[in-house]
Amino acid sequence: MDNNTVIQVEGLTKMYGDFAAVDAITFDVKKGEIFGFLGANGAGKTTAMKMLIGISKPTAGKAQVAGFDVYKQAENIKKSIGYMSQKFALYDDLTVKENITFFGGIYGLSRKRIKEKIAILLEELGLEDVSDQLVGALPLGWKQKLSFSVSLIHDPKIVFLDEPTGGVDPITRRQFWEMIYKAAHQGTTVFVTTHYMDEAEYCDRVSIMVNGKIEALDTPKKLKAQFQVDNMNDVFLKLARG
Amino acid sequence: MKTILYIIQKEFKQIFRNKGMLPIIFVLPIFQLVILSNAATFEVKNIKFGYIDSDHTATSRALIEKFNASTYFNVLTDFPSEALASAAMLKGEVDVLLEIPNYFERDLQKEKQNSLGVTINAIDGAAAGVEKVYVTQIVQRFNQSIKVDLLQVSDKQIQPIAIETIPLFWYNKTLNYKTFMVPGILVLLVTMITLFLSGMNIVREKEIGTLEQINVTPIKKSQFIIGKLFPFWVIGMGLLTVGLILAKVIFNIPMIGSLPLLYLYTSIYILVILGIGLFISNFTDTQQQAMFIAWFFTVIFILMSGLFTPIESMPKWAQTLTEFNPIRYFVEVMRMVMLKGSGFKDILPQLLKTAIYAFVMNALAVWSYKKTN
Repeated sequence: MDNNTVIQVEGLTKMYGDFAAVDAITFDVKKGEIFGFLGANGAGKTTAMKMLIGISKPTAGKAQVAGFDVYKQAENIKKSIGYMSQKFALYDDLTVKENITFFGGIYGLSRKRIKEKIAILLEELGLEDVSDQLVGALPLGWKQKLSFSVSLIHDPKIVFLDEPTGGVDPITRRQFWEMIYKAAHQGTTVFVTTHYMDEAEYCDRVSIMVNGKIEALDTPKKLKAQFQVDNMNDVFLKLARG
Repeated sequence: MKTILYIIQKEFKQIFRNKGMLPIIFVLPIFQLVILSNAATFEVKNIKFGYIDSDHTATSRALIEKFNASTYFNVLTDFPSEALASAAMLKGEVDVLLEIPNYFERDLQKEKQNSLGVTINAIDGAAAGVEKVYVTQIVQRFNQSIKVDLLQVSDKQIQPIAIETIPLFWYNKTLNYKTFMVPGILVLLVTMITLFLSGMNIVREKEIGTLEQINVTPIKKSQFIIGKLFPFWVIGMGLLTVGLILAKVIFNIPMIGSLPLLYLYTSIYILVILGIGLFISNFTDTQQQAMFIAWFFTVIFILMSGLFTPIESMPKWAQTLTEFNPIRYFVEVMRMVMLKGSGFKDILPQLLKTAIYAFVMNALAVWSYKKTN
């Protein structure tokens, strides 16, 4: 693994009985890249992601994330990554500030650093006015943006985003992608799954999973050329329909 | 250490913010203690008493008067016939039926002995046993009093020979059942609340998805579990305190032994319960499942704890099973320390067993909590 590769996956497989949810996938992700991880529902995206973030043990294959092995060094991986799940996973019964404090605390940030982070994040997100409100009362779009910020609180090398913009309005979606760009610009590698093909266009490289296998992997431009279509939507349809 | 503090802080915030949970934690137990302690009584009172007096003499009336005077028997019904009395028993109007035969007085004077018929409704066997003892006591006392009369009118050579037993009830002189029950019910409250809260807590995080978010952080399993359990440990100790105060203020239960000793034991005991709760929540996916399993164990633990029925009366195999029942030890220790004033050495066996139990359960809980599937 050269210095520029932050995720390296080789033949990674997850079996549930006889069913291969993830079937020997191989790819790598470069530092600072926005890597789009696409696929239909049930294609195995979330399962693959869970193996990379160390909460699901692979059945076979090799994978290194941030220089650590997923089998033996899962806890080291967790220090270097951020994760935002498909399902909103902050505490609804805590306030915005309390959520940031809690996650900052368990990532081991100092009190002082947490204070600074709260100030920065609230300003960036424009949530100063609601900082003492329970998160449960916020609109979904705000919650998602907060989730994303919290997943970046410990300045991870890589951030994994599982359908971060699901159910979010177009304006918020736009703002969300601005945040992603900003993170990538600062050197954070972004690994993102999505169902929105316009979002796929924003990625540096895109992989498309079908039935547990990666069927295509390249820049959006090259993929469109390869399948002789003029948008990512058609690339996806061609592949997913088989 | 700092990480643990962040979790503890978060847990307390969530507990005190949950308007539905707070009354369950702090108000219901008080209700339970007050209601159960007054209602869960082994005393048999207000026995419905009936009699058939076929003798109609001074002696038979004196005997009935003895029952009348007793505080345990009330509603005295005089049945003219056995058939009517049986019908009343069947309807549940009478619990105890006394039959005084014809020529009771005459035969007693002539032959110096006689028998009475007593019929007891024994659907509730325990109550029937107690009623039998009451009846026997009253008849015996009656016996004593007429012996003297009989001796006066007849043979002076025969001296009355009677061996009387005078029982002394230690540790609970007045046989007040509340003295016996309140410490036990206090055990139930502390156990149930801590078991249910800890059992539901992690499962709840599983349900809402926050546990996954925790699992992708580098937090150590032991840090997470200690942080999760500590608030419930505090609540358990708080409940014990509230319960002890109520026991003293409302029921005037003696506290003969050392209070710090009781707290020392409870602090270890709660760890057992929290370990069990956590273990349950690691093996369940929803709060409902956790609830059912927690209930299953609570019911068995309570009924086999010696709280309501003495362990000595259980069959051998059941007695062996109670060795694995944490509630049993807590009930024993509570009663020993509060009522008998037992010291550290006396409760050492229970203390050691509980400590081992706590260690095993929490080790299992940490082991079964998996950050990676």
